[in-house]
Amino acid sequence: MIPPSFEYLRPKTIPEAIAFLQQYGDDAKILSGGQSLIPMMKLRLARPGYLVDINRIAGLSHVKEEGGFLKIGGLTREAELEASPVVRAKYPIIIDTAHVIADPQVRNLATVGGNLAHGDPANDHPATMVALGAQVVAMGPKGERVIPIENFFLSLFSTALAHDEILTEIRVPIQPPRSGGAYFKLERKVGDFATAAVAVQLTLDGNGTCEKVGIGLTNVGPTPVKARKAEDLLRGKKLDASTIAQAAQLAADESEPSADLRGPVEYKRSLVKELTKRALTRASERANK
Amino acid sequence: MAKKQTVRLKVNGREREADIEPRLLLVHFIRDRLGLTGTHVGCDTSNCGACTVVLDGKNVKSCTMFAVQADGAELLTVEGLIQNGQLHPLQDGFKQEHGLQCGFCTPGMLMSSYALLQRNPNPTEEEIRWGISGNLCRCTGYQNIVKAVQYAAGKVAQGAAK
Repeated sequence: MIPPSFEYLRPKTIPEAIAFLQQYGDDAKILSGGQSLIPMMKLRLARPGYLVDINRIAGLSHVKEEGGFLKIGGLTREAELEASPVVRAKYPIIIDTAHVIADPQVRNLATVGGNLAHGDPANDHPATMVALGAQVVAMGPKGERVIPIENFFLSLFSTALAHDEILTEIRVPIQPPRSGGAYFKLERKVGDFATAAVAVQLTLDGNGTCEKVGIGLTNVGPTPVKARKAEDLLRGKKLDASTIAQAAQLAADESEPSADLRGPVEYKRSLVKELTKRALTRASERANK
Repeated sequence: MAKKQTVRLKVNGREREADIEPRLLLVHFIRDRLGLTGTHVGCDTSNCGACTVVLDGKNVKSCTMFAVQADGAELLTVEGLIQNGQLHPLQDGFKQEHGLQCGFCTPGMLMSSYALLQRNPNPTEEEIRWGISGNLCRCTGYQNIVKAVQYAAGKVAQGAAK
């Protein structure tokens, strides 16, 4: 399949890229890893007249802790994230997530920023970043703004990014002691989108009571689902089997899956329930380490 | 037609230059413009890995990348594995361990295995299976491919010890 014709632009700086985005408006699309965009162009689901290739812009690819945040450059490849020593040591939920995104070849090109900016609820980072309470940094003609992840995903393939903004960084708050997280995904085969997946990040106090918790659900709604009722139930409680089971049921109730080739609604709901149990259990084990 | 772009890249150690349309996929550039047909088009939808090449040391799917993006890069295709008329240990391994039947997936398997061994010269069986998890084979059941990669890792280690 040969994608439709387009003009190729390769800015060297962010202001140059923003100028192209302003000039060509909705007819321009940012080319980051291209691992979702190029397949969509082949299928004529996307037909941008201009591709703004941001891959040669310096300073968009980093993973570092700074100023209270783990900062992930928008252009950071999934493979780089997976290999990052600080992420491996301190953010197992992000390793869980990066590890099950597509396959090794795709992870060598696909970017973390693209995974979020694409606005696909089937992508894996959105739910994880919801669980972690991350922030998205967007650079536009008027400068930089910071968007809390809860306000970032508007609807299917639609995000809070304006057409002339570039996602430059993702900021994950550095987690307090006794924190743990996990991402559990069921996929039919390596490289498939999730039938459903669940991200959990939590913090326990000295007695094992849940102080803080975030739960994000993948591919069971038009946007990543934040399981607020399940989170509310867990806050202030010890994570015993019955509490975990109740929270898992609430998360399943909050999910809004559609029936498709991956299964009917009832199956996906019950999957959310089981994966939530597993993710809560693993996250609390990690928090207790 | 969109404005043509000039790309320069090193392919299997040789400098190449071409004027191309931006929409030209890397796999078509390799096959149709450079005549290197060892890189296969399988699914053309980023699922099968038959088109895998090694770009600046990383295995990528050449059907899911534009050739213009490879400007300035170093590209290795299956044709570049052979050195001085000698099969690469991976190619030898696939031969010795019957790592192929129909052979369609083999170039992609070789390139993913090559990138894996560059990164991790002594992988465990699980790491090999994970390393080739983006490459589909419909014939072998993967068992002999894993053996072939183990054979190559052993040969490379022996060579290094000499």
